[in-house]
Amino acid sequence: MINAIETKDLNFRYGNINALENINLIIPQEKFVSILGPNGSGKSTFLRILAGIIKPNSGKIKVFGQSIDEISSDLIGYVPQIKTLDRNFPAIAIELVLSGLNHRWALNSTNEQKDKANFVLEQLNAISYSKKPLNQLSGGQLQRIYLARCLVREPQLLLLDEPATGIDMICETNLNGIIQNFSKVKRTSILMVTHDWTSAYEHTEDVILLNRKLIYYGDKKNAFSNENLMQTFSHPQHHHHITFGNLSNV
Amino acid sequence: MFEIFILPFFYRALIIIILLGFTASYYGVFIVQRKMSFLGSGLAHSAFGGVALGILLSVQPLIIAIPFTLLFAIFISYFQEKSNLSSDTIIGIFFSIAVSLGIIFLSLKENYTTDAFTYLFGSLLSVQLIDVWTSIILTILTTFTFFKYWSRWTYATFDYELAIADKLPVRKDNYILNSLIAITVVVSIKIIGIILISAYIVIPGAIARLLSKTFRQMTILAIIIGVVSGIIGLLISILVDLPSGAVIVLFQSILMISVFIFKREK
Repeated sequence: MINAIETKDLNFRYGNINALENINLIIPQEKFVSILGPNGSGKSTFLRILAGIIKPNSGKIKVFGQSIDEISSDLIGYVPQIKTLDRNFPAIAIELVLSGLNHRWALNSTNEQKDKANFVLEQLNAISYSKKPLNQLSGGQLQRIYLARCLVREPQLLLLDEPATGIDMICETNLNGIIQNFSKVKRTSILMVTHDWTSAYEHTEDVILLNRKLIYYGDKKNAFSNENLMQTFSHPQHHHHITFGNLSNV
Repeated sequence: MFEIFILPFFYRALIIIILLGFTASYYGVFIVQRKMSFLGSGLAHSAFGGVALGILLSVQPLIIAIPFTLLFAIFISYFQEKSNLSSDTIIGIFFSIAVSLGIIFLSLKENYTTDAFTYLFGSLLSVQLIDVWTSIILTILTTFTFFKYWSRWTYATFDYELAIADKLPVRKDNYILNSLIAITVVVSIKIIGIILISAYIVIPGAIARLLSKTFRQMTILAIIIGVVSGIIGLLISILVDLPSGAVIVLFQSILMISVFIFKREK
């Protein structure tokens, strides 16, 4: 079976700063993987490379055996952080979902497309605010709309950048449950950047620990060792003594 | 007074104001939503450099101003894409270069003042047949590009990165949009004037933004406001014998303030 993601010596720099260094990774299909790491560790950068938004400075990357430039955007669903969303944009929620189907802001959508969008919104319990303007939606509601925008195209790879940011714990648990369920039913490969260790442990199968370099990739059960966490969260130039005893027992 | 309405220049001005009301307001919605209002002003001042060169060379200024402004639009787009500088800084720099060139070109020409003032403040009397034809061509171009580009420009306006992720050629699309805005600006100069162009392009979009729930509504409403306010402003300017550009923009501004107050009270 072709792997979902393969990277070889992947490097990305912002100016002189290395955001990602020599990332070598093979992620099989149909895995639900969380990406953890401190701020500025390259988590979002990695997702944006996979989404085709930015290009690596060097190295190779393949998604389902194809280069990012070649692969159809139908296969990849990217949910950015909602803080990047322009809430002032004049749009109602369902338009955002339909943009996921049309790959542009459609002047008109067919009834079939609208039915499909409504079906996904229903599944996400978001149908009641499908006609609301974006600036009247809460963080959790917006997050569901963004997710619906991706799920409606039934991608084979779902890239989620901190989907729980700005929403309360109940919403977060529901959202993670929905994503987990979707990955099982549709057999979608999922990569989710998160700061939430508990949800990473509860909902995902594998874990990537990233701090510009790949610290760990594998089963979640072996991820949270003190050694891995020290490497992920301690800066080599600082002599911080951090203990992760409680976290390793998550 | 009413004999003015049967004179050919009135009909030329009326045709131009209807066509430009459509094109300028259409592009204005993208300028408003992308927070690039300064672009209109920057391109108008770039056009000033082109107009001045035309006057210096004793060539129809529009013929020089269109490629001149297009060149500046391309430079602005290029630097926006390639540098870390903010849009207003880049536009401000090119704005100054074009104005400096314009001043130098005009200073090299004797007896330039009348023509230059016409372009700065706009004048109905200066509208010629070539301006009508350019407006018609621009309107046709805008109508044709509408079906292909509206949805792409709108998507990139909403979220530039999502548009890239969906493999839209956003960079190329930006060049096309900025180039069409540049032509619109140049064609509008004669009737509106360099100084007021930016407001003329932006205000209908801003009014429509206050009244619209969706971007599609905003686009349609801006076009209607642009065309209707242009016609009314033009007629008022003729009746009270004041410069057309100033009256149109003032009328649009009053409309915007009224809508703003109405919306707040509601």
